[in-house]
Amino acid sequence: MNDDNHTLLETIDLQAGYSAPVMNPVSLRIRAGEVIGVRGPNGCGKSTLLYALAGRGTVFAGSVRRRPGVRVAHQHQNPLPLEDVPLSAGELLRLTGASTEGLPGWIAPLLPRRLDRLSGGQLQFLQVWACLRAPIDLVLLDEPTNNVDQAGTECLLAEIKRLRGKVAMLVVSHEPRFIESSSDRILDMQPIGERAG
Amino acid sequence: MSQALLDPLFRIPFLTGIAFALSLPLLGMYLRLREEWLAALAFAQLAAAGSLAAAIVGLPFQLGAVCAAGLGATAKSVLTRTGNNGYAAMMILGWAVAVLLLANVPVAEHLAHALFDGQLYFTDISHLAAAAGYLLVGGASLAALSRPLLLERMLPGFFAASGRSARVYHVGFDLLAAAGLALSTASIGVMAAFGLVFVPSMVAYRIGPNWKASLALAAGVGSASYVLAFVIALELDQPFGPVLVLILVAVAGIAQALPGGSRRKSG
Repeated sequence: MNDDNHTLLETIDLQAGYSAPVMNPVSLRIRAGEVIGVRGPNGCGKSTLLYALAGRGTVFAGSVRRRPGVRVAHQHQNPLPLEDVPLSAGELLRLTGASTEGLPGWIAPLLPRRLDRLSGGQLQFLQVWACLRAPIDLVLLDEPTNNVDQAGTECLLAEIKRLRGKVAMLVVSHEPRFIESSSDRILDMQPIGERAG
Repeated sequence: MSQALLDPLFRIPFLTGIAFALSLPLLGMYLRLREEWLAALAFAQLAAAGSLAAAIVGLPFQLGAVCAAGLGATAKSVLTRTGNNGYAAMMILGWAVAVLLLANVPVAEHLAHALFDGQLYFTDISHLAAAAGYLLVGGASLAALSRPLLLERMLPGFFAASGRSARVYHVGFDLLAAAGLALSTASIGVMAAFGLVFVPSMVAYRIGPNWKASLALAAGVGSASYVLAFVIALELDQPFGPVLVLILVAVAGIAQALPGGSRRKSG
């Protein structure tokens, strides 16, 4: 690990994948409170990078080093695996220890409701909030605005800006405005075999 | 209310059964959460085979039940999370061993009938102690395991993301489920135990408003069904296990007719 005391996590020439590498080598240092945007075309390995940082997937080359004791939350691109689990929205937030303070007025009344009675956009918003507002050092957000309407997107953007400097984030998104206005810096990824110019 | 509940002769069997009627539905809530409800039948079958084997060699059959189900849970943990495939294998293994023991050791026949039909009316203080102990210890353990099990189900990899392993929670729950099914099978029989795991949790998943209330609902459905079955079986002089299963099936049918379940909206 680099001797920078503020570094939470560092990758050196990391190449990850599943049965084979699906991304070019990535070297990246994430410091406390820093928001890094990750963008690139479909299939360049953005989600795989997040999986590797969250300790999942297979690392084929390079390394991931994390500061001991660093707390990480990973918001998956896939929807919550609900099936018929009778869990309420409020219970989901309590599970991660996420604060409900600052929840927008259109979502707060839904907290007593079962998750499987919510819309896809409402669920996605809650899933991101559950990670974002948990007592965590680093949040890995994978397409956090998928299915979320304009009001929800603006709310998430405002929350990320508010938490900037306090919680580190790696934000994968296809929305240029969202990623540019939420991030301190941006990592551009290219499909495997191609390198950024 | 029937005099049966007040008869001292049936007090220990009644209390033994009510303890399992409260704890097994709670276990079922978490087995269903992990999509491993088949575990209930697998552990019950292994426990039955273990009980028979223990009885044949002169050991307490509750010990055999717990050891066999515990071995099954340990094997599944060693083979990583095999889910219902692992449980299906255990179920047919337990059945095969039990039938072979029955075919080759005549003395096992009486116990086999008791295990498969349920022998609640013949339970003694040792069964009650096991049931009450499981209700207390198992309940406390489930309370401790609840958050990590829910987190792993709703946000898979939550612990791994922070470099922590969730394995201890999974293995702990497997052993808890094995112990519960083993002890209950030895008291109320294979299918009654399975029914108390399967049906109350199914009802709660369908109509429960949230997790906490669903736990209470499952325990309530399990205990109410049990009390009704206990009274009817005694009054009509019928075996307890099948009566309980019939009542649980009726409850399941009513629950399916009620409005509930997933009502996902689009957008």
